[in-house]
Amino acid sequence: MKRVVITGAGTINALGQNVPDTLEAMREGRCGIGPLEFRDVERLQIQIGGQVRGFEAEGLYNRQQMSLYDRFTQFTLAAANEAIAQSGLVFSGELAATSGVVLGTAGGGVSTWDDNYRAVYEEGKNRVHPFVVPKLMNNAAASHVSMDHNLKGPSFTVSTACASSNHAMAQAFMMVRSGMARAMVSGGSESMLCFGGVKAWEGLRVMSRDACRPFSANRNGMVQGEGAGIFVFEEYEHAKARGADILCEIVGFAMSSDASDIVMPSKNGAARAMSGALNDARIDRDMVGYINAHGTGTAANDKTECAAVADVFGPHADRLMISSTKSMHGHLIGGTGAVELLACIMALRDGVIAPTIGYEEPDPECALDVVPNEARDAKVTVALSNAFAFGGMNAVIALRKI
Amino acid sequence: MNIKDQVIAIIAEQAVLEPADVTLDSTLDDLGIDSLGLVESIFSIEEAFDITIPFNANAPSESDFDISSVAAIIAGIERLISEKG
Repeated sequence: MKRVVITGAGTINALGQNVPDTLEAMREGRCGIGPLEFRDVERLQIQIGGQVRGFEAEGLYNRQQMSLYDRFTQFTLAAANEAIAQSGLVFSGELAATSGVVLGTAGGGVSTWDDNYRAVYEEGKNRVHPFVVPKLMNNAAASHVSMDHNLKGPSFTVSTACASSNHAMAQAFMMVRSGMARAMVSGGSESMLCFGGVKAWEGLRVMSRDACRPFSANRNGMVQGEGAGIFVFEEYEHAKARGADILCEIVGFAMSSDASDIVMPSKNGAARAMSGALNDARIDRDMVGYINAHGTGTAANDKTECAAVADVFGPHADRLMISSTKSMHGHLIGGTGAVELLACIMALRDGVIAPTIGYEEPDPECALDVVPNEARDAKVTVALSNAFAFGGMNAVIALRKI
Repeated sequence: MNIKDQVIAIIAEQAVLEPADVTLDSTLDDLGIDSLGLVESIFSIEEAFDITIPFNANAPSESDFDISSVAAIIAGIERLISEKG
């Protein structure tokens, strides 16, 4: 089995339009959540979100590209450019032939669906743009990354709601670890912040109208975000031989299915995914210093996740740190695990633990060190990133400092 | 059908019961309605009466809408309908 390292990272989200700005915002505990701005927002009961502001897609992409790029693809391409540039890899020849791109998204081109349904149903038009289908399809972002960067190996898109990115990164990790690919581009993106996207979530009655306060006793729901996180996973010897700057090592992962309820989380399923990732990595649980929680800020997730952590780690649960950066960038649904992986990299590489902001009241059912409100300096050797999706599908990734 | 009978019909449908089996002092638990069933019932009630019920599934007991019994739910709906005018 090959060792797998991360040699490039890119992002765009409500906290920043690149990795350094995002990490700075996380260190400062800044909140990227604010009033939503888009057509018909006044007809929504939920009017806040972690929206990407000031992203001038028109300046980045030409007219022809804009007719093919939904916002989730625009985010993906911007983040992929940053990640691949940082890695220093140029994909050609044999490297290009075996390197691919596996991305996660839950909804794909949601605003393209929204705009075009509006055109045919509300405005009564009988004609839509010829590229609606290639623009909204869930694999559009992965396809455009492959075309822009000449990635000709295994490429596809994974969709498991809120765990999409983690499942996608697990696939990419397996491919590099097995020797099937020397490098893989992976991560995920989401852009559901449009009228139809938020209206659908509103119906479920789990959204907060004022803030995302994970683990806080007065939490009242999740807040949606948008954006992308993209990484370059590379075989360790390959990265070392070319003198690449290695951000951290991916040492294991596990997936599990609750097989129980379509929306309610399960402690057992979450615990099996966390302990599975540690077993896969052959890491003793006492080594884990930080967990980037799924931490949605809903009543059900946070208490279930904390109970699962207590089950897996026993007494060590009280010594490790666990935070939810969703409090700052919102819940990026299918892209969330990718953006949250940045907090794990910051913990391992910079020794800075991103806080859970908006924390106001301790909850006895979430009695762990949730790094409330302020970032903390700490030496961390191993970090976990949790993602637990609707449908009961869980994916946890284990990372180690290098 | 008056408000009470309409609400009982909606709840009965959700619980897969006859309306006669839904009494005013029944709780949602008694009727076997879980959190998903509750959210669906609230949606049906909002559609039937064209009202908006302030209900957040994260904090059902803290929402400004009492769901402790069928009678409480009916009273809350009657209030929302009268406020709508």
